[in-house]
Amino acid sequence: MKNTKNPLTQNKKIIDAEGIIHAIFLILGLITVGCVLLITVYLVISGLPAISKIGLKNFLFGKVWASTSRNPSYGILPFILTSVYGTGGAILIGVPIGFFTAVYLAKLAPKKLKSAVESAVSLLAGIPSVVYGLVGMLVLVPAIRKIFNIPDGASLLAAIIVLAVMILPSIIKVSLTALEAVPKEYEDASLALGATDIETYFKVSVPAAKSGIAAAVVLGVGRAIGEAMAVMMVSGNAPNMPSIFESVRFLTTAVASEMSYSAGLQREALFSIALVLFLFIMLINAALNFLLKRDKEK
Amino acid sequence: MKKTKKLVALIACALLAVSAVTGCQKSGDETNQASKTADAGSVSTDGSTSMEKVIGALGESFKEQNAGVTFTYNPTGSGSGITAVSEGRCDIGLSSRALKDEEKASGLKGTILAYDGIAIIVNPQSKVEDLSVEDIKKIYTGEIKDWSEVGGDSGEIVLIGREAGSGTRDGFESITDTKDKCQYRQELTSTGDVITTVAQNPNAIGYASLASVKDNVKALKVGGVAPSEATVKDATYVVQRPFVLVTKESTPLSETAQKFFDYATSSAASEIISKAGAVSAK
Repeated sequence: MKNTKNPLTQNKKIIDAEGIIHAIFLILGLITVGCVLLITVYLVISGLPAISKIGLKNFLFGKVWASTSRNPSYGILPFILTSVYGTGGAILIGVPIGFFTAVYLAKLAPKKLKSAVESAVSLLAGIPSVVYGLVGMLVLVPAIRKIFNIPDGASLLAAIIVLAVMILPSIIKVSLTALEAVPKEYEDASLALGATDIETYFKVSVPAAKSGIAAAVVLGVGRAIGEAMAVMMVSGNAPNMPSIFESVRFLTTAVASEMSYSAGLQREALFSIALVLFLFIMLINAALNFLLKRDKEK
Repeated sequence: MKKTKKLVALIACALLAVSAVTGCQKSGDETNQASKTADAGSVSTDGSTSMEKVIGALGESFKEQNAGVTFTYNPTGSGSGITAVSEGRCDIGLSSRALKDEEKASGLKGTILAYDGIAIIVNPQSKVEDLSVEDIKKIYTGEIKDWSEVGGDSGEIVLIGREAGSGTRDGFESITDTKDKCQYRQELTSTGDVITTVAQNPNAIGYASLASVKDNVKALKVGGVAPSEATVKDATYVVQRPFVLVTKESTPLSETAQKFFDYATSSAASEIISKAGAVSAK
């Protein structure tokens, strides 16, 4: 306390300030929690009626989606499978590329190259999804049509490729952070025992960064399953059962494409799809938490 | 002391932000009140979702010219719009099909506001120039699968359509009688997407509102008639439907509703109608 003239009032003032700032931060924190609660409650309330009207089994395992036909049918199995396959495909392509890029950047790359690649990755993360969709629509879709000689290129494959590129930044960045956090002593010890560089990286650094890399993969899954705009532009949007060259519809695009004109049970069913999607995301988050916790306990 | 200064600055910022927000709200409230106090009547419309753009544009410019008027549009569908007006639940019903004889007999009057022409579009590389409605129906239901069957180069036909619930899709399917039977390869969510996709794929066929068709795709003749404003208006181009204002013959419209009706059917409104993508009946 520099000001000794009136220490009591000075002290009181500071306490008041602290209190106010505490309150402000508390309110700001509660806004986030409130948003999550609001969305959850709203989704559950607006998603359940349609499920009970259609029947859970018909809704989840029905193979036909014809929401505006005279005898409407609301089966979302094609969407669920498409989302699972699409995300799985994107992970299959994106994870190896992202993982090896991260290992290279963390351990092998020269400094200048590393900073260049890192900024490129950041840029990739900053590109809006509609741009991915646009490039996919104008370049990728016609290319797939020509390469595989099929009538139309808008397909599950196009969506998988776009998603794989979109999840690269999160996989690379999170894995990179995890790899860089491995204590240097581990690697030094391994090298001192006569292991080669590559042996050290893959047998010491990577296992040590395991939980971080797993988190990166789960993050990638989360991003891929929740993406709507880009896949809507390249996947064709017909509610078919998924197949690699078939035009398909994801859970996200099913909601996005019909919402604007929907009415009645159709609109309620769209909310139910959103609820299913929400449950998927919750599941992924739970898996992520489980992975990280289990590793810490070890 | 520095801390307190920072705090004061912080609080000042917060106050400013709050006052900015409340300031907006206040002025908004005031204008709302103004419109309420100057009660200049209201117009309620109910019906076709396909007419949303046209009616929305007309309603907006009508409100601009007549300060204080409230204008409502309830997008429920042509059938419910017609029922609503016959039961007196709205001033003007909106229908995107001509009235049936029994509806006319029940005392309703239809006034054609505009026509909605739907162009059948293919890639400019396609050799096909002309299709009959029957051909179009067969193509979209999957009976004709290859372009060589209708005079083009051989290649599997790729059917591009709009998402369920779209007014253009509804119009196309009801005119060609393909409701619930279309084997779409792609269901896109906007006219622009349909045009872009057709422009890129030499085997694609799609449909789009006539007003938005550009040079990068070829609009086919249907039954020998090329789509244009003139052919839509004189009904020789058949892939089209009327936008109808439905009123009750027995009960006269309220003053404001009559004013809107006159305005919408006047030649002054035709520019607004064509901007909204339809062909004015005037």
